Amino acid sequence: MPVVLIVAEQQPDGNLRKATLNALTAGKQLAERTGAELHVAVLAKDASGLAAELKGHGAKVVHAASSPVFEHYLAETFAPAVAELAQSLGATFVGGASTAMGKDLLPRVAARLKAAMATDVLGFEGSGADVVYARPMWAGNVVAHVKLTTPVQVFTVRPTEFPAAPTGGAEAEVRPFTPKTEPVKTRFIDFKEVKSARPQLTEASVVVAGGRGTKGDFKEIEALADVLGAAVGASRAVCDAGWVPNDLQVGQTGKVVAPKLYIAAGISGAIQHLAGMKGSKTIVAINKDPEAPIFQVADYGLVADLFKVLPELRQALQSK
Amino acid sequence: MKILVTAKRVEDAESKIRVNPQGTGIVPEGLKYKINPFDEIAVEEGLRLVAKHGGEVVVVSIGGKEVQEQLRHALAMGAHKAVWVNHAGALDQLAIAALLAKVVEAEKPDLAILGKQSIDDDQNQVGQYLAEFLGWGQATFASKVESLESDAEKGKHPGVMLSADGKAVVVVREVDNGLATVECQMPAVVTTDLRLNLPRYASLPGIMKAKSKPIQELTPAGLGVDVTPKVVIQKMVPPPARKAGIKVPDVATLVDKLKNEAKVV
Ligand SMILES: Cc1cc2nc3c(=O)[nH]c(=O)nc-3n(C[C@H](O)[C@H](O)[C@H](O)COP(=O)(O)OP(=O)(O)OC[C@H]3O[C@@H](n4cnc5c(N)ncnc54)[C@H](O)[C@@H]3O)c2cc1C
Repeated sequence: MPVVLIVAEQQPDGNLRKATLNALTAGKQLAERTGAELHVAVLAKDASGLAAELKGHGAKVVHAASSPVFEHYLAETFAPAVAELAQSLGATFVGGASTAMGKDLLPRVAARLKAAMATDVLGFEGSGADVVYARPMWAGNVVAHVKLTTPVQVFTVRPTEFPAAPTGGAEAEVRPFTPKTEPVKTRFIDFKEVKSARPQLTEASVVVAGGRGTKGDFKEIEALADVLGAAVGASRAVCDAGWVPNDLQVGQTGKVVAPKLYIAAGISGAIQHLAGMKGSKTIVAINKDPEAPIFQVADYGLVADLFKVLPELRQALQSK
Repeated sequence: MKILVTAKRVEDAESKIRVNPQGTGIVPEGLKYKINPFDEIAVEEGLRLVAKHGGEVVVVSIGGKEVQEQLRHALAMGAHKAVWVNHAGALDQLAIAALLAKVVEAEKPDLAILGKQSIDDDQNQVGQYLAEFLGWGQATFASKVESLESDAEKGKHPGVMLSADGKAVVVVREVDNGLATVECQMPAVVTTDLRLNLPRYASLPGIMKAKSKPIQELTPAGLGVDVTPKVVIQKMVPPPARKAGIKVPDVATLVDKLKNEAKVV
């Protein structure tokens, strides 16, 4: 039976990155379209905990590789291991989530498998070997339907387009695997984590985002976020200036989010920013320029000075 | 150091991109073309590295004869020579990486710096494919520790550092939840993120000088690369439109709408 192999991702804190569950749903859809079996691979210093966690999410087999080599993610150690596993299974599809790791790793896996690849897949069409991937181009101004004509096909999926794979159903078999290791030319030095007590941007159900209009003063953005239990997001201008960590950039080349509520304050709404948030359920825009393009995607637009209305909004929601 | 950088020709980031009625491509009217912004950052980083450590920057572009404009732009910024792989048809990331691998084999750079993605295809693949094809290390999404308004940036210091023995590059990468630092032995592939540097403008003397710098022409056939696309675009469609929203006069109305209409707070 053909195999769809999804690569799971461990966060630096040791937990499973939630986007893995969205990728599993995409993998399940693809497996149904192609008559394949869904497998998932997890590579870590000690993969047993994550493997156990992944058992109940719809995959038939969880492949677990535990090795000190995998303590810190590097494309050069992970790609050969994933490619070797894919080859030994005869997997015809290999994929994962479009996270920083997925985007770094999967093209290198594809290169090893001489496979063509689709990045940021939004959905599938067709069936069997004729499966077609829908994916964004030009900052989401175009959705392209692409076919990959290589024997093995590789992809990353946009997590916001697929629900998280639920638990329940049959338990997967956990199979340990021990990939060959090669000497590598890259060494991990360190990871500086941006710690925050707020929810993760890509996982939050509410996001409060600030732009250049904040002039770098994020106090009111953060205060409103805390009242709503929201994550904080930002435009490129804000990250470039170093006002907030780069990790908070929403857009074409940053994070793609689709919360139930996205509040954009002092953000003009450049196409590159819209590419990262226009899938949100409800969008609120606060901008003092009535012509700002952000209003074209906003469900509720408030033409106002953010320094005046953000505190009012916070107080109104706080006293609710 | 010898540094190879890429300069893809893409639609200007400010352009209004629309799918044509046939769904076969985008409407060409009114488009302006530029060097891919991430590649421009790659060119800049190459120039800063050779300004600090000595050496030369070779810029490569693949496409029809119009891509010479982007090569001239990179030469005007200060790149030393250019390689043009002449191919007018469709190209996918596999083919581009295979062509670049051949150019790398001929040029033997210490470092290949590419944009992390091009803003037309948005694939984010070529640097990684190239690194694997060459058996090199990769440091994708290269960034700077300081902000783009820092003194290091104003001093035009490279964000990519050399190790103490000068045999490896130390790169700060933008990843989820923070910044990861890796060290890659050279030769290596680096791909650029937005915050690695602010590219310089081409100066007038730079533009004049660029006119006499060499552009070497190559072809896929000459390089022995089959460029038949394996990523085949069957059709293009516009993204789903959002329904038009409303303007609210004040915070009270906004809160009422959020509570009672959208029911999101
Ligand atoms: C290759 C490339 C990739 C990019 N990727 C991204 C990306 O991923 N994400 C992203 O966001 N951008 C991205 N950009 C940048 C994008 O084009 C815009 O430059 C950026 O989004 C602008 O940020 P901004 O809206 O905060 O700033 P501006 O465009 O300067 O807008 C500031 C807004 O604040 C409003 N304002 C000012 N003061 C107040 C006030 N007191 N109260 C209320 N409103 C006020 C103004 O009216 C204005 O609309 C990219 C660009 C390129 C070229």
